[in-house]
Amino acid sequence: MDRLLNVMTGLSALLILLVLVSVRRARIRVEYSVSWLMAALALLILSRARGLLHSIADLIGVTYPPLALVLLTGCLFLVIFYRFSVIISQLKDDNIALAQRVAILEYHVQSLKNAG
Amino acid sequence: MSPNGKSLLVIVPAFNEEGAVGNVVADVNRVMPDVPVLVVDDCSSDATVTVARGAGAEVLSLPHHLGLGGCVQAGYKLAFELGYQYVIRVDGDGQHDAADIPRIFETLHSSGCEMVIGSRFINGNGEHTSMVRALGSRFFRMVLRPILGKAVHDPTSGFVGVNRNALGVFSRSFPLEYPEIETLVVLQRRRFHFEEVPCRMLPRKSGRSSITPLKSIYYIVHVLLGVFVNVLKYERRAPKQPGRS
Repeated sequence: MDRLLNVMTGLSALLILLVLVSVRRARIRVEYSVSWLMAALALLILSRARGLLHSIADLIGVTYPPLALVLLTGCLFLVIFYRFSVIISQLKDDNIALAQRVAILEYHVQSLKNAG
Repeated sequence: MSPNGKSLLVIVPAFNEEGAVGNVVADVNRVMPDVPVLVVDDCSSDATVTVARGAGAEVLSLPHHLGLGGCVQAGYKLAFELGYQYVIRVDGDGQHDAADIPRIFETLHSSGCEMVIGSRFINGNGEHTSMVRALGSRFFRMVLRPILGKAVHDPTSGFVGVNRNALGVFSRSFPLEYPEIETLVVLQRRRFHFEEVPCRMLPRKSGRSSITPLKSIYYIVHVLLGVFVNVLKYERRAPKQPGRS
């Protein structure tokens, strides 16, 4: 059990580091790093706070506490993926509308040039 | 009946159709000489734009590839802004027979319905339709019958004419990936009406269809989901128009 929890601690610390480096290099915008940092921090705390992890495992009816942590990790990432799917969908809609607007404006500009 | 002023625009969505688009534009110009043709180029990497302009079409060039729905919607948006009353969409691969355009326009104009579909299956004219596509059409006919409240013979046809009411709706909201079937549901939710007229399907003039069995399965799942999302979508329904069934 200790080994699995240590691995989770290492992975969550690595994730925090990765996200912070990405934010510093401007590869992830700050607003999109918050979800990842919060999820990684929660995993880090749960993998170290045995009492809390046992309580959560009891609450959701899992007899092996590290499995509860793995389940929670999966749920957290699902929420993050959902949030990013919403954001990507919105961005795609905006992108299509912008591309269409650019094309239509170019058409009008060309028509004006041809008329003049 | 000939269209006048800004009555009718023919739009031709095209992506890498240099081998066919010139003939498509020429055919439309021959059948409807007074009607402007707008080729909406979905960022082709070949000479589609040059060929289309050379054939006498206006060209709306998208800055990057949007896919069929985004491409058609761009044409609808421009037509709406320019004040056109009717728009007929003809595919750029040359499979739609320009000789059918007057019949679609006539029906659009005289029936008052919002959309007219050029149907390959009304008089059994589906001879150049692939078996996969014909099966897909049959499947979606069954799915759409209870949703639309009337039979539609060719729900996957891209040979469609719309009036200004539909143009306004599609300018604001248009299914982006596989638009043909979902647009029927969008129309139905607004209590708009459609008619079908028989049309001929020609063999492709150039290139080859991108439809593979795997893509067909993806298409069916995607469109089914799109149909049911549109059915369930929360938005205020338009009141029923008096005097229309």
